[in-house]
Amino acid sequence: MTAHAPNSFRTGPDEKGRFGTFGGRFVAETLMPLILELETAYNEAKQERSFKAEMENLWRNYVGRPSPLYFAPRLTEHLGGAKIYLKRDELNHTGAHKINNVLGQILLARRMGKTRIIAETGAGQHGVATATVCAKFGLKCVVYMGATDVERQKPNVFRMKLLGAEIVPVTSGRSTLKDAMNEALRDWVTNVEDTFYCIGTVAGPHPYPAMVRDFQSVIGWEAKGQMKHAEGRLPDVLVACIGGGSNAMGLFHPFLDDADVRIIGVEAGGKGVDTEEHAASLTGGRPGVLHGNRTYLLQDEDGQIKEAHSISAGLDYPGIGPEHSWLKDMERVEYVSVTDDEALKAFTLCCEMEGIIPALEPAHALAHVAKIAPEMEKDQILLLNMCGRGDKDIFTVAEALGTEI
Amino acid sequence: MSRIEKRFAALKDKNQAAFVSFTMAGDPNYDTSLDLMKALPKAGVDIIELGMPFTDPMADGPAIQLAGQRAIKGGQTLKKTLDMVTAFRKTDDETPIVLMGYYNPIFIHGVEDFIANAKAAGVDGLIVVDLPPEEDDELCVPARAAGLDFIRLATPTTDEKRLPKVLENTSGFVYYVSITGITGAATPDENAVGKAVAAIKEKTELPVAVGFGVSTPEQAAEIAKVADGVVVGSAIVRSMADALTVAGPPKKSFQKDVISAVKKLANATKRARK
Repeated sequence: MTAHAPNSFRTGPDEKGRFGTFGGRFVAETLMPLILELETAYNEAKQERSFKAEMENLWRNYVGRPSPLYFAPRLTEHLGGAKIYLKRDELNHTGAHKINNVLGQILLARRMGKTRIIAETGAGQHGVATATVCAKFGLKCVVYMGATDVERQKPNVFRMKLLGAEIVPVTSGRSTLKDAMNEALRDWVTNVEDTFYCIGTVAGPHPYPAMVRDFQSVIGWEAKGQMKHAEGRLPDVLVACIGGGSNAMGLFHPFLDDADVRIIGVEAGGKGVDTEEHAASLTGGRPGVLHGNRTYLLQDEDGQIKEAHSISAGLDYPGIGPEHSWLKDMERVEYVSVTDDEALKAFTLCCEMEGIIPALEPAHALAHVAKIAPEMEKDQILLLNMCGRGDKDIFTVAEALGTEI
Repeated sequence: MSRIEKRFAALKDKNQAAFVSFTMAGDPNYDTSLDLMKALPKAGVDIIELGMPFTDPMADGPAIQLAGQRAIKGGQTLKKTLDMVTAFRKTDDETPIVLMGYYNPIFIHGVEDFIANAKAAGVDGLIVVDLPPEEDDELCVPARAAGLDFIRLATPTTDEKRLPKVLENTSGFVYYVSITGITGAATPDENAVGKAVAAIKEKTELPVAVGFGVSTPEQAAEIAKVADGVVVGSAIVRSMADALTVAGPPKKSFQKDVISAVKKLANATKRARK
């Protein structure tokens, strides 16, 4: 369903929160007044210089932004093609890009007078970031996490507890990220007065997809400036991994209208997109409605949502941000997938070649870079979003490699 | 006059509130669920709300979540839910049937087809939890054009300013959600409910039914004094879960147990204003 290309890919969503037919506000009536209030509050805040100044101050002094843009010489040489640059968001406080968005939302929550923050988390990175910022501001924090993920992400669970958050293991449904999000929504429906729902990705009802994208776009804006400084031009190709899609949207959005920049999103192919066990919503799903928005979803022929699978808990989600769905249908961004095994290989490659232990999520992006870089010319530039570090993943990787820690 | 209008009018003449039951279609399997559905009117159910199972029911509490999971596991699909209505209508052409659920299975079925099939099966109204007025073009407008009622939820967070928007395209009746929260979670405060119902009735001629959190005959009776209808879901669904064997299949006494629970709630509702 490719439509005519718009004048700009950067103007969405419309006033109904739609990116083409995707997005929207598919929520229960109880939540509707809350998301309208949130939209108003966000629109006011983003006009105010003080809000932006406070956020930028914390990004700089608390998170450590701007994150470096690093030329990876040995990876480049090893792959033998395009120059590879890494946008190093894994160096942020808490070890991933998630905190960019959390800071924005919690500053907004404070402006709105909310005192209790809830969040869902899969791998635990968004949960840790939320618990961190809540601790910093003395806010009550409740994190919903699938019981399966609580088990496989123990270090992050302990981190969140140290930071004073209450962790609620979710056993409804199938006990993973999707169910954690359902449970967070149920909490929000119940505690409407004092609670702010801090969503960790570019999904959920409008205005979340646009708001989270705006907060994450700091990645792309920085990268654009840094790349011009380093090479005097824009990169030829951007690559980022996609679960819900927040790090990718943050990198991609400022580049969407730069027609010469090829943009690639990498989904988690699990054991292969031709099997039942993957998390590639765009490659293997079709449009439907879940968690407040219309987007590509993994689902059966009766519209029941399927469980996703990935070695990376952070990509283990059967949906994707609605703006990605739109960019796919508009053919502005290419979406591909890599398997668990390919991601694992890229994980070790990155450790050995650059002395960077990547999270399993960006290891997916790197696996695709390893496929395309050798085909590119040596003067071409490839920019990868290194959106998280791999400390949290060492247990999973050890198990996959058959090593005991 | 639609079945829903007729039913509320007849009950009004008797000075009774409508007793609205919620059961999940296909819980725990198609045959058991259809047999139970057929027995509901005689047990005092005035309007049947039939849940369309969905994997991710974000407004429902544990009881109804589990009911949906049992139904899906039992092989229930949206088509089978419509088949149940067709089968029910062969022996009962008067009891109004309202389908309640979430949008995705309908969207995947195809909105036009769904409306046509539901109408042909004998469905009277729809409650789709995740379609607020802001998304009326999706299903509400075409469903009403085809003669299906679109019953909207009004909640404690629906303030005076928003209420007209919620009521604008609502038909059949208004479903007032008596608590902020999920189904079956908390006990409503009858005074607050009475005030909210009165506020809604100032703005609409439609009957107002109250649900979410009504679980005992005593509560049902209190609500029946202030509202035109009482909806009970989680409590009935829990009685169904209790009447299943540990392994899953229904006990021999399944229907008797559940119907006995339904009767108590229905009788309390009917006697409330006497």
